[in-house]
Parts: sequence; structure tokens; C-alpha cells
Amino acid sequence: MKRHLISAADLTRDDALLVLDTAEELARATEGSMKKLPTLRGRTVVNLFFEDSTRTRISFEAAAKRLSADVINFSAKGSSVSKGESLKDTALTLEAMGADGVVIRHGASGAPHRLANWVRGSVVNAGDGTHEHPTQALLDAFTMRRRLGDLEGRKVTIVGDILHSRVARSNVLLLNTLGAEVTVVAPPTLLPVAVDTWPAEVSYDLDAVLPKSDVVMMLRVQHERMNASYFPTVREYSRRYGLDGERMARLSDSAIVMHPGPMNRGVEIAAEVADSVRSTIVEQVANGVSARMAVLYLLLGGSEPAIGKEVSQ
Amino acid sequence: MSTEYVIKGARILGGDPADILVRDGVIAEIGPDLAAEGVEVVEAAGLIALPGLVDLHTHLREPGREDAETVESGTKAAAMGGFTAVHAMANTDPVADSAGVVEQVWRLGREAGYCDVQPVGAVTVGLKGERLAELGAMADSAAGVRVFSDDGHCVSDAVVMRRALEYVKAFDGVVAQHAQEPRLTEGSQMNEGEMSAALGMRGWPAVAEEAIIARDVLLAQHVGSRLHVCHVSTAGSVEIIRWAKSKGCRVTAEVTPHHLLLSDELAASYDPIFKVNPPLRTADDVTALRHALADGTIDIVATDHAPHPVEAKETEWAVAAMGMIGLETALAVVQEAMVETGLLDWAGVAERMSFAPARIGRLSGQGRPLEAGSPANITLYDPSPRRAVDPAAMTSKSRNTPYTGMELPGRVVATFLRGRATVLEGKLQ
Repeated sequence: MKRHLISAADLTRDDALLVLDTAEELARATEGSMKKLPTLRGRTVVNLFFEDSTRTRISFEAAAKRLSADVINFSAKGSSVSKGESLKDTALTLEAMGADGVVIRHGASGAPHRLANWVRGSVVNAGDGTHEHPTQALLDAFTMRRRLGDLEGRKVTIVGDILHSRVARSNVLLLNTLGAEVTVVAPPTLLPVAVDTWPAEVSYDLDAVLPKSDVVMMLRVQHERMNASYFPTVREYSRRYGLDGERMARLSDSAIVMHPGPMNRGVEIAAEVADSVRSTIVEQVANGVSARMAVLYLLLGGSEPAIGKEVSQ
Repeated sequence: MSTEYVIKGARILGGDPADILVRDGVIAEIGPDLAAEGVEVVEAAGLIALPGLVDLHTHLREPGREDAETVESGTKAAAMGGFTAVHAMANTDPVADSAGVVEQVWRLGREAGYCDVQPVGAVTVGLKGERLAELGAMADSAAGVRVFSDDGHCVSDAVVMRRALEYVKAFDGVVAQHAQEPRLTEGSQMNEGEMSAALGMRGWPAVAEEAIIARDVLLAQHVGSRLHVCHVSTAGSVEIIRWAKSKGCRVTAEVTPHHLLLSDELAASYDPIFKVNPPLRTADDVTALRHALADGTIDIVATDHAPHPVEAKETEWAVAAMGMIGLETALAVVQEAMVETGLLDWAGVAERMSFAPARIGRLSGQGRPLEAGSPANITLYDPSPRRAVDPAAMTSKSRNTPYTGMELPGRVVATFLRGRATVLEGKLQ
């Protein structure tokens, strides 16, 4: 594996499978009485969060702590963009503190790339602007594998604001690496102009795609899109691209429904869908910790075997 | 009594070797084996002699951002790049929208003495695009402004643009438009296309440039005015300008060296050294721009030299300043993109980097043919050496060159401004 995890494209198929297999083993190992492994004892992981994201931060924090790493939470919201310390100076500070790994969430696309130039430790992208969120894609793939088995040839439909979604970008890349067939569905205003260059099918018609989907992943509609002419009204968006009970009924029996959270219930997903047996939304949260443990373990190279045997790196 | 020089064996515009005798600020004689008694000899065997280069688009940053560049540091960089005249853009602080500011910049240029500094006047007060600045007062000032531009901002209001185009006819001025439809480019970071889709950055569509150019050539045609289009960056813009010229529109256009060489794949590094306005476009756009410069659709090369301090570029892409320095690499990049590819010969380079920009800017003493009687504005250029670009070796006060480590050809050996050597043996004098 590369030293950093900045894009889902950094992972080869073998890398991705190694992360998923490791996550599986770590999940099993910590499901029992032993919640904590000594693997990263003495290592320091900094959670550098320039955006509020409690769920992602605590997921990384839990992952690092279950591997016995020391965790420093550095909430730097608003400090980089126009006032205060620059990202570079923050990076030099972390470097001086001896961070072995830096988990960064930042509002600017590419910020983790920049950070990687300035620190020696491994950089893990926990979401950068409208670019990528590779650990979300890993936890999603992990969740799909647990429910559906091998992803080769599986049909995954991602619905919503593809243009601005870091979750969508990372998922398209990773799922393609893993052999799944991805379709992105959105109103044309919420697709990048060059989406035809992506390794994915493109559709404007959710109803046409649903029956052949093994996985439907609904994306959150951000409030700032609602008043910027991307679509006429929230109601119209919900009617055309929201997943309600009626639409869910058109899915095959084994199909699952995913959402990276936080949800807008009643907008992109109806409550009855979110709470149905098809929904993996709560599992995704739990699986996030396992996937992030695997990433931290593989990048930071534990001083001891992760789970009683050497995992190749 | 100024120094007299005889330049020995230079290939004028890349032609056969000849000697050039420089005396009293003018070219006294050109011919074979000119007498060299009592004059300083400049050995120029193998060097190309070009008319002193003229830049229609330079940011000197003074007044206001002297941490990035000053008139003195910028004109030194210009001389090192082979330039004998630069047009200083108006987006200073305060804005060059009054006779007082343009005269200040003009005077600073004269005092520095490294190259002629011709201020560009703002079209609108404070570059706000609302009210016309006192264009006539700037034209009548000691600076004699003829080029007006809100560069950095588009004169997007069609009525304001129309009035500006009409008004400057009274003193043979030209409006140089920064073509960027503002609503289509709110928050835009890079060319909109495959790369922006992959990198998750707000796209800067080609149509935002092309729509304004289309409107402006129609306006210029309607009112019979001269229009100059700054930093053309897309293949579509080229097509519109080609069409406008075919209809007799008095439009001229420039392209920057970086748009002739670099494309938007470079943004994949997220290094804002490649962040510029207009953005780097696709390889197909680069090809179209090269051919347009070769066939005359695009008239000139202009650097858009845009110095920024280090901290404005050592940031996340989204908050970094837009722009690149370019004075000291312009000729090398044009050689690489246009001469090495066989698209232009050295006479063609002279036309596009000296004669034509001087004509557009109405600079009477610049961009003159290399012949007896012309002001001795001469650039001697060695096209043979190739070397990696080293920002530390730049004369500009700023270091934001996109070519760091890239191997480029050529070297400016000497620059003469009205007979005075500003650069000799590659060193500032």
C-alpha cells in the first residue's frame, strides 16, 4: 500500500481486498470480550478536523483507540481559510509533535494532498471538500460484502448530488476497482459535465435503474444546493430522486439500501425505508470503525501483529 | 556620452549574421564587418537579434503589493526576459483609475530605467464595473494611457462595456477585456471538464470566456471600436475571434506563454502554483491556441506576469492566489511551444512579441524594425542551451513560476533599451 490514503484510487485491487479482509478480522477480534488490541501502542494519531463532523471524528477516534494508539483531537475549524494559522503551519506543528498519522477533514478539495507534502507521517483523508472520502467508500464496500458477498459484478446505484459528493467519487473509484458495476443517478444539474469519463453508467431516471440494483446508495441533499437552482424545489427533488416505500418495493428481494448519513428523512430517503430491514445505515456506522482500524493498522504498521498473526503489508 | 556598442555577428530575426552599430540610443548602421574602434564589442555569433520585446499585460503590483513586486523589481525581471517595454496592469492598490496613479507608475518606471513602463488605465472606477473611470484624463496625462482594462475583473455590464468601447475612440484607445462571465464562474477553481470532475473542484467553463468574447466582438463591431481580448484560453474563443476578424471587426487578442504550454492535468497535484485566471485548459485547447497564434488569429503573446508572495501559494488550492510569473521565461516558452514545433520562425516571434503589441498599445518608440534609424531596443537571444528552470535564479521579487524543474530552451544574453545595455552576458546591468 502507499504511505497515505488520500484517494480511493490510491488502492489497487489487492490493497482494497487487504483492507477489507483486515477489517473483517479486526471486527471479529473486537466483537468479543477484548475490545482493545495493543497493535498501535506508542503511536500517535492526530485527528485534524477543519470541518465539523462528529460522526467521522469519533469513528476515527474509536478506531485508533481500539488499536491502543494515542489520539490527539485537533479541531481547527475556520482557522485555515482566511484567518489565523495556515495549513502549512498547522502541519509543521503536528510534525513537531511527532504525529505518526494525521487524519484530516477539510473543506477544500486537495487539502490532504497539500498536507502530505509537509508531514512525514501518513495522511488519511477523512473527507476533502467535494473531492473524496476514501474510508467511507471502504466502509461501504465492507458493508456490501458482509451483506452480499463478493462485489464482482454487483450492481450499485448511487443517487443524489454526485457533483458535490466526495462519497460518490470515492465509491465510484473503489467499487470499480473491486469489479462492481456502478450507476450514478441524479438530475443533470448535479452531475459533473465530464461524468461520461467516469467508470460508471449515468442515468437521470431512478425508476428505470432500481429493479436491477443490488445496492442503492442515497446521498444527502445539502441545504446550500436547495436555493441555487440545481433543482426547482425540494418537493420536486424528493418526488423524482427520493427513495420512498413505493420505490423500495421495486427493488429485488436481496437488494440493500445505504446512506452515508446524516440523512434528510423525507427528502432523499423516507423514514420507512431508512428503518427497513434493507437499510444498512446503522451497520455502516459500526463498520466504519472496523474499516478505519484496518486503514490505520495497515498504514501505521503496527509494532505487533494485528490479531495474533502477521498481516502482510 | 553614452556607450557605443557594436554587436558582432548576430542573426537578425534569425537570418544571416550581421553587425549592428548602436550609437546615441539608435541603431546607427547594420552591415557586415562594421568598424569597431572605440566602441564596446558584443560578441553575438550564434545569437538571434530581436527587437526589444513588448509586453501588453504585466502586473507590477506597485502601488500596494510591494511585497510581491515593485516597478523596479518587475522591470528588472522584464529586462532579464528581453523586454524593453511593459504595460502595467491597473489592479493595484489604489487602483490605477485616475491620472494621479497612472502618472505615479509611469514615473516609477522612468526612475527605475530598466524598461519602459506604460500604465494601463482601469476602465471603471475601482474595477467595480459600474462607472467609467476618467479615461480621458488618463489619456491626456503624462503617462499617455491608450490601453484600458479592468483586468482581473470582467467589464460584464454590456452597457458599460459599450460606452467604454465608444468613449476611447476619442483618443485612439483600446479596451482590453478580461473575458469572464461572473455568474458562470462564482467560486470557480479550474477548467471545467474531466479533471475538475475527478478532482472535485468547482469548474470554470470555457463558455464563461467565450460568451463574453462573442458579446464584445459584436459590440465592438456595432460601435466601430478597437477591442483587445486578454489571455485567450480556449479553442472556442479562437473560433469566435477568427469569425469576428473575418467580418472585419477590429479585434486583437493575446495568449499567455503558460496557456501555450501547460494544461489542466497539472491541477491533479493540487499545487496552486498552477492556479491561474483564466485557468489552464485542456491539451486540445493548447493545440488550438498554438495554431491560432501561428495563423494570426491571436495577434500577440502577453505574459500576464502575476507575482504573488510565497504564502499566497503555499496553501490549499481553493484559497490560493491566482497567477504565475512569466516575464523571465516568456521567450523560452514561446521557443519551446512555437519555434521548436515549427509553427513560428523568429520573424514571427518578433511580430508577436514586439511589433504587434507595440502597435496595439500605440507605443511609437517600441516594436520598431531592426534597421538604421530605429531606437536601439534590441534583445540578443541564444536559443541553444536547455536548462531546468530554477525559481531561486529569478530576478522577480516573487517565485511563483509554474516551470520549476522543467527543462526549457534558450537564454536572453543581452537587452538594450534605447542603446543602454540593461542586460549583458545574461546579467542585469
